[in-house]
Amino acid sequence: VSSERTSAEMMLSGARVSRYSTGGKVAARKRKQARARSLGSYVVLGIGAAVMLLPVVWLLSTSLKPPDQVYSIPMVWVPRPFEWGNYAEVFSSSPFARYLIVTGVVTGIGILASMCGSSMAAYAFARIRFPGRQAMFGIMLATLMVPVWTLIIPTYIFFGKIGWLNSYLPILVPAFFATPFNTFLLRQFFLTIPVELEEAARMDGASRRMIFLTIMLPLSRTALTMVALFSFFYYWNEFLLPLIYIQTQNLYPVSVGIANFVSSLQQNYPLQMAAAAVALLPPLAIFFVFQRWFIQGIVVSGVKG
Amino acid sequence: VALSDVTALVPQPVVGRRVRSSAKARREALDGYIWVSPWLIGFVAFTLVPLVASLMLGFTDWTGSGAIHWVGFANYVQLFTGDPLFWQSLKVTFIFAALYLPLSFILGFMLALLMNQPLRGMRILRTIYFAPSVLSGVAVAVMWAFIFNQNYGLLDWILGIFHLPLVPWLTSEIWVIPAIVLMQLWGVGASMLIYLAGIQNVPTDLYDASRADGAGWWRRLWHVTLPMTSPTILFNVLLGLVASFQIFTQAYIITQGGPNYASYFYALNLYDTAFGALRLGYASAMATILFIIVVGLSCVLFRWSRSRVFYAGRQ
Repeated sequence: VSSERTSAEMMLSGARVSRYSTGGKVAARKRKQARARSLGSYVVLGIGAAVMLLPVVWLLSTSLKPPDQVYSIPMVWVPRPFEWGNYAEVFSSSPFARYLIVTGVVTGIGILASMCGSSMAAYAFARIRFPGRQAMFGIMLATLMVPVWTLIIPTYIFFGKIGWLNSYLPILVPAFFATPFNTFLLRQFFLTIPVELEEAARMDGASRRMIFLTIMLPLSRTALTMVALFSFFYYWNEFLLPLIYIQTQNLYPVSVGIANFVSSLQQNYPLQMAAAAVALLPPLAIFFVFQRWFIQGIVVSGVKG
Repeated sequence: VALSDVTALVPQPVVGRRVRSSAKARREALDGYIWVSPWLIGFVAFTLVPLVASLMLGFTDWTGSGAIHWVGFANYVQLFTGDPLFWQSLKVTFIFAALYLPLSFILGFMLALLMNQPLRGMRILRTIYFAPSVLSGVAVAVMWAFIFNQNYGLLDWILGIFHLPLVPWLTSEIWVIPAIVLMQLWGVGASMLIYLAGIQNVPTDLYDASRADGAGWWRRLWHVTLPMTSPTILFNVLLGLVASFQIFTQAYIITQGGPNYASYFYALNLYDTAFGALRLGYASAMATILFIIVVGLSCVLFRWSRSRVFYAGRQ
């Protein structure tokens, strides 16, 4: 069948070529139009790309400026000299290194926790038959619509009552229970794994747990990477929960730390931008290293959803 | 209303067609509940119970300590009749959503259409557009606060190049919401990417057929691309809607709700009421209203889209 199709395509394209070559004027005009259109697309997309990049360039530029160059007119894009001392000052005038370590540890635990709970629930939704599965799956998707703000007051009261304030337990313990988004993503991926693989393993006497650990998880590395990435960005950026639950500065994550640092600085823009740059560097690095998985993850969750 | 629609959005799992003994089925069902328990327990403990508790707290005047007094609908009466800040924050949030949602859809979709061309360098452009959308939170807000600065900011520098009048982005009651919309649109890359994938999923023979029928670019967009990508669009607009009503960090960091409450988003009001003034009962009533608004608008969106969204392969 495929060879038939390709020969048909070749005939078609051949016909097109010959028509172009005979009617040279029409073809030339068409080609010109196409070139103009792609040039136009490049111009529009190029301007857009500049708009996307400019804020970050400006952030880095400002973070390296000596204070007086912030206010100079015309604007200075390349600071002279590069004031690396701004970065040193961010770390020396606030416990920024500590913020980074705390955030790193919390993010790491959060990532592992998200992968555990969500992959279990996703396996149940994809493969195990039990009464109420469809309804539960529907409810899970519907909870994507529940605003955090309607849940936060009772959970705050509850975690306060059991003495978890000023700790990361209110943020990390719920992470072990499947979140809708990750569960959905993993389930979609599990559905693409052939059932025959599992049935063969079951014939050989493998338990469900064995199948899950030795077949499903290894085959879902892509999806698990996506979940890990989404979780990384979530826990790294999370602001509201630590703002509410963490009360002492030595436990602040980067997000609350910067907010605190910036409000104490007032007009010192180079230092503010240096602090922001430090906080943005890890996510940016992770993004560029893993962008292929990340883009795929966005697409799977957004389109199939 | 929403449930069946939501489940209809996703492909159903393939299940084997074996006839099985009921004992085996019961065992499998038990297994199912064990495996789904991480979600089920989490749902009950961290969503369902808090939701009900929030509803109940909304009928009290609790402040976090002391006895709980049942006050009936007093909080709601106060909110609707004697609390101008409630209305102000509601208005701010609605205006933001009304500006941001259509703009992010139009911009995201147009960019996706532009990117859906077999041109060189598209992968790099795609990465550049997508990168800002993964950055969020406080650091980004701090960056934009300086970009909006009226004297030394990037945005007014650009306006100055074109000899346009400078805009007092954060100090004007009129401009502060557009400023935050602009900042959020910087992250349009994520929806662009999703729309792009949706567009690329449209079978090409549909385009060939419509082209054979003499449909031009505009009609192909209107009669093929948009209907075929409508489930993707609906899903994204829905999540965007939910997110718009919860905007907090940006306003908290950049404007603190000012000037003169012009950017006092609903979530900011809720935060101040609950964790600043410790009026937990009153804030819970506000939370319940937010829940009703978000769920209500989502249902309206589903209703409205029912005749317009086209699910391929499902009649």
